[in-house]
Amino acid sequence: MHNGVMMAKTILAVDDSGSLRQMVAFSLKAAGYQVIEAVDGQDGLDKARNQVVDLVLTDQNMPRMDGLTLIRSLRALPSYQKVPILMLTTESGDEMKAKGRAAGANGWLVKPFDPQKLTEVVKKVIG
Amino acid sequence: MTIDMSQFFQVFFDEAEELLAEKEKLLLAVDISSPSDEELNAIFRTAHSIKGGASTFGLTDMSEVTHILESLLDKIRKGEMALTAEHVDAFLGAKDILKMQLDGHKLGTAVDQDAVADVRMLLQSLSQDVVPLAKPPISYVEPVIDHESQNYSYSFTVGLPKLSPEDVAALVAELGLLGEISKADGADGQVVLTLRTNESADDIVAICSFIMDPDDLQISRELITAPASAKAQAQTEEELGYGFFEPLESMFPAENPSLQHAAAGASPAASGTPAAPDKKTLARKEADKSATSQESSTIRVGIEKVDQLINLIGELVITQAMLEQRTNHLDPIQHERLLSSVGQLTRNTRDLQEAVMSIRMMPMDYVFSRFPRMVRDLATKLGKKVELVTYGASTELDKGLIERIVDPLTHLVRNSIDHGIEMPEARAAARKSATGKLSLSAVHQGGNIVIEVSDDGGGLNREKILAKARQSGLAVSDSMSDSEVWLLIFAPGFSTADTVTDVSGRGVGMDVVKRNIAAMGGVVDVRSAKGFGTTIIISLPLTLAILDGMSVKVGEEIYILPLGFVMESLQPAVEDVKEISGKGRVVKVRDEYLPLIPLYEAFDIQPKFAKPSEGIVVIVEVDGKKAALFVDDLVGQQQVVVKNIESNYRKVPGISGATILGDGGVSLILDVAALLRSSR
Repeated sequence: MHNGVMMAKTILAVDDSGSLRQMVAFSLKAAGYQVIEAVDGQDGLDKARNQVVDLVLTDQNMPRMDGLTLIRSLRALPSYQKVPILMLTTESGDEMKAKGRAAGANGWLVKPFDPQKLTEVVKKVIG
Repeated sequence: MTIDMSQFFQVFFDEAEELLAEKEKLLLAVDISSPSDEELNAIFRTAHSIKGGASTFGLTDMSEVTHILESLLDKIRKGEMALTAEHVDAFLGAKDILKMQLDGHKLGTAVDQDAVADVRMLLQSLSQDVVPLAKPPISYVEPVIDHESQNYSYSFTVGLPKLSPEDVAALVAELGLLGEISKADGADGQVVLTLRTNESADDIVAICSFIMDPDDLQISRELITAPASAKAQAQTEEELGYGFFEPLESMFPAENPSLQHAAAGASPAASGTPAAPDKKTLARKEADKSATSQESSTIRVGIEKVDQLINLIGELVITQAMLEQRTNHLDPIQHERLLSSVGQLTRNTRDLQEAVMSIRMMPMDYVFSRFPRMVRDLATKLGKKVELVTYGASTELDKGLIERIVDPLTHLVRNSIDHGIEMPEARAAARKSATGKLSLSAVHQGGNIVIEVSDDGGGLNREKILAKARQSGLAVSDSMSDSEVWLLIFAPGFSTADTVTDVSGRGVGMDVVKRNIAAMGGVVDVRSAKGFGTTIIISLPLTLAILDGMSVKVGEEIYILPLGFVMESLQPAVEDVKEISGKGRVVKVRDEYLPLIPLYEAFDIQPKFAKPSEGIVVIVEVDGKKAALFVDDLVGQQQVVVKNIESNYRKVPGISGATILGDGGVSLILDVAALLRSSR
């Protein structure tokens, strides 16, 4: 809160699936967040540089730049040291978790997820 | 608040459609002997993406198939399994199944469940030890998390006084009932027990006091959240479907980091803050706007909107032509500025027209991309080896025409493979490569697009065609040139195939092809050489909305003749016009006698000239038949914007459309084919 003005938080959603991005954007916007969409890792990095967001949600398997590389690249930016990053992953195995953690992610969300779960998790992280 | 997922279905359907098409393309292109990592990854990604979307939107039938597909592809791309031809065939089969399932969801068409089961079994047998999807893809189960209870436990370190081994063992056994116990040898031979339990220290002391004096016990305790609770946490995470690597509170301050970022950049804390929020909101709004505009480089537009736009541009072109005509006669010196502006308007209008027309233009690849799969399947079925090559896939054609060219092209491709390209043995015997070459090409030429379907097969058989033509009662002679003989294949019902395969040979193909092409305002031609191959050449106008026309005058009326049908025009000599009783008049043009069609008769107008030798005769050719249209005069040649007469008025026999001329008058466009038919 700043001077009593509550500003909407912004989330960057990175996934090469248009339908999934749409679903994520719709659900989070309905919950009061602003959403920026990116179609792959490179696009996500560009958009993240363009504007520092409050939370990054990223898929793993994407053309041009995959999720883990994106996460590492973001953590290399000074402005993204503290920004929470969650992986959207189809596997919840230890290997993926370990890789994500090592890359700098803060957590994960297993696909498929429903809008409610997504909103719940996002709220937990950035309120 | 529950969100209705079905609104996203359409986007997913389109996406899945594209992914399936891409998957097929990649599979057909991959080199089985040495696939590149990139290719394998790309194929894997298509399956992975479809699976993700299918499970998210509850399309379990598709997600089950893609799950097996994905696991198998994953193994292959990781190098755990080699890619074989069986794999590619199976994957292509899977693509067909997925397409069928997708259509089932999208259009409600029937899905052959047996075929689905077959493909699944095939994929599973190929992957051997792949475990099928054990649990349903979507679980919305919300587990009950009791935060009050045992998420934590204690670790007690119990230092024992000197005891006999039996006593120690007994203690260990008893304490072990409380939780996890481990024994260690501490300093000076004393035993130290570590016990993890939820019980209290009192319980431990109570047990120990059976054997010893509790005062001799040294107990210390620490709270742990590690392994035991972590395991419990992991379980709930598994059920929840999400988790964090570090506890949330330790991760981030609750405040907006980007705000902090901005505030840090602004002037020192307090004084700077009132101004910062407004600036930040503004900055963010603008960033958002640019982010949104960068988000997509394409938008989907309804076709009616584009057609409406084209229509309006057409009107603009007509108005501009009128303006041009009305200012034509003005003195260029006196009205210099006006005329220069009109000229500028003409240029602008032309540019605008081209730009709008190009919206409807699509690359030929849209059509060409359907063929690799079809060629492969057909060649395999017939036992032939065919290589498909395409040129000019990026050449553009109006969307309406592109869709109509698919059927004719499909027929021509089938013909080439079925009748043109020979069996590998026959080719080898003829000193040709065993693999036949089929090429599709598209190129712009003038205001047209020229599409060629070419094969290096055996070429058309002249004798067979002539024989069949005679059999069908067509007037042929052995002295006909090759090119005239080839045109015979377009005659209705014509086919020289000995047997009717279910692929082609029914003889309904080529004439339908020709008719379809003509209906699009185009022409078809054939080139062939025995032993070398056959090429079918199709020429289409780039768009239907604009026509190159020749304007002719009959009485007071002006008509437009599509230039594509016009061969030549001349003023016949009196003796060249003959009357045939019962059949009307004919005109001798070089060595032929062509039927004379006086337009003033067709449209019941008072002509200026009743004798052809005083007027003009325009020789037209439609579907291989020629005729001479008799008009008063030729006015000129121009490009006209075609207006649909049926939608604005009603269908008029002999008229295919209308246009508005520069002088504001309406001119009707002649349906040349209909005129010729009705004159018989």
